[in-house]
Amino acid sequence: MAEYRVERSTRESRGFALFLGVGLVALATLPYWGGAGDMRLVSEMAYYLALAQLWNLLAGYAGLVSVGQQAFVGLGGYTLFYLTSQFDVHPLVALALAAPLAAAFAFPMALAVFRLRGAYFAVGTWVFAETLQLAVSLITPLGAGSGMSLTPAIVRQISPDRTGREMIVYWISLGLVALVSAIVYLLLRSRHGLALTAIRDSEPASESLGVDTFRTKLMIYVVTAACTGLVGGFIFLQKLRLSPEAGFSVNDWTVVVIFMVVIGGIGTLEGPIVGMLIYFGLRELLADYGVWYLILLGVTAVAIMLKAQEGIWGLVARRFDLHLFSVRRHLTR
Amino acid sequence: MEWLNIFVQGALLGGLYALFAIGLSLAFGIMRLVNIAHGDLIVLSAYVALMAVNATGMNPLVSIVVVVPVMFVLGYLLQRGLLNLTLSGGLLPPLLVTFGISVIIENLLLELVGADTYKLSAGSIETDSLHLGGGIAVGVYPLLVFATAALSIAGLQLLFYRTALGRAFRATSDDADTAELMGVDNRHLYAMAMAIAMIFTALAGVLMAIRTTFDPAAGPIRLIFAFEAVIIGGLGSLWGTLLGGMVLGIAQAVGAALSPTWQILAGHIAFLLILLVRPSGLFPRTRD
Repeated sequence: MAEYRVERSTRESRGFALFLGVGLVALATLPYWGGAGDMRLVSEMAYYLALAQLWNLLAGYAGLVSVGQQAFVGLGGYTLFYLTSQFDVHPLVALALAAPLAAAFAFPMALAVFRLRGAYFAVGTWVFAETLQLAVSLITPLGAGSGMSLTPAIVRQISPDRTGREMIVYWISLGLVALVSAIVYLLLRSRHGLALTAIRDSEPASESLGVDTFRTKLMIYVVTAACTGLVGGFIFLQKLRLSPEAGFSVNDWTVVVIFMVVIGGIGTLEGPIVGMLIYFGLRELLADYGVWYLILLGVTAVAIMLKAQEGIWGLVARRFDLHLFSVRRHLTR
Repeated sequence: MEWLNIFVQGALLGGLYALFAIGLSLAFGIMRLVNIAHGDLIVLSAYVALMAVNATGMNPLVSIVVVVPVMFVLGYLLQRGLLNLTLSGGLLPPLLVTFGISVIIENLLLELVGADTYKLSAGSIETDSLHLGGGIAVGVYPLLVFATAALSIAGLQLLFYRTALGRAFRATSDDADTAELMGVDNRHLYAMAMAIAMIFTALAGVLMAIRTTFDPAAGPIRLIFAFEAVIIGGLGSLWGTLLGGMVLGIAQAVGAALSPTWQILAGHIAFLLILLVRPSGLFPRTRD
């Protein structure tokens, strides 16, 4: 009898992993040779990539198209600002606490919005985010409508001098995107990843084979919320200023992210990276022309959904049979 | 008496929300399409009315005769040229294409007309009121809007149950493939459905623009109000949508009476509570 074995990685995926590792180390040295502006841009790219990977996990793999992820970005930000200003919690500890708090909100919320299917789920999550924004703008200890700031006394706890602080915040952004990407990658390689693929292909069939679709989706939703809360906390640690409009902005934290994922390639791990690079490229290129870059992104996303649903990376992957993240199983002799 | 007054005003406001919701409900009922750009199309209608009023100086209520045909044609073309292409490929394409259209409309308006806030003025009808006795007074304009919503729904019921087009709509809604075998041209029928949905979108846009201010970013919250009315009323039931709009309007009026900042929040909370207690709405009809 022939010997079969399951291959979990390919030559390209091993090469790409090495490339990612080297790239991350190279970026980590940026503070020693780049300016503060470069660091801000790279860390913005990092947190957007993290948000894109999370939304992709939710919509591309679990079929949960949420337009309400800004709820968790805002919650993360407010966790950080509230705990540091009211209870003198160290900013980095408060940042870490944003994750469990977002998860604690996501769980009851899921019980309500999971009753809605498909596109109604999308609008339901949006209503929830709007509700949170309005509620926060009524709560005085959270700064009500005018918002909150991280005082110099608080940010000095990270590092007493400005340069040191900028370096630490920059490294956190790299660590965050690496952490989120690793969580998404490992989830997809795990048995939950198999369950998700089965659900994506046919929900009734996977259910009849013993996949608990409700629990799988719930788990993905809560994990995504926790990670999004963490990223949200970081975003406002960098911005130092938080208001209900900024924290719960559907445009900044969900619309742009959806465009990145759709243009890059939904349902692949490479797609969000490609989409993020295209977004920042376009934004820098059209910086002098108002919101035309958003209109162009919208037109591109519509065209991709109509003509090539797998996105730019999907086209590349099909043309060259290239898969840089190995979440597949290959049976070889 | 004060609370009764609040309830009446809220219920009348619900007429506007029902008008917001009719277009959304029609598109979902006939082609299972949830149009995320719906709110932005309402706001676009308001801008078309603004342009007509600015160009001719006509009363905004008269501008309806311009806005409705414009939006009707736009709806036909939008469905035939774009949205029909998304209907065969699962959940993501229609959702993300209409989402993209929403962002495109909002930002095009922002670039071409600017971020200024506008309101249309229809003259004294806006402030006239009827005294019903017992300290209850209702505005003529809210009453007019509510009547428009109720008449629209009655008209749609006639269309659905008394005309050949309505029969084709119902057949396609039940089973699109079989309807096609019986000689219905679904591509044309879907385009007609969107065109008819846009009649009510246009009405909603003009009537909203007379009642409140609007700007390019005013679309999403209108989509949310429409959506809340549809879900509260129960999917697929047009009279349910009217009642859903009234429940939403009353919740908002009660919230606003407690504190002005509570108005919209109270509506959202009522919606989320109903979703938890009665997920299929108050008067469900179709299941998706």
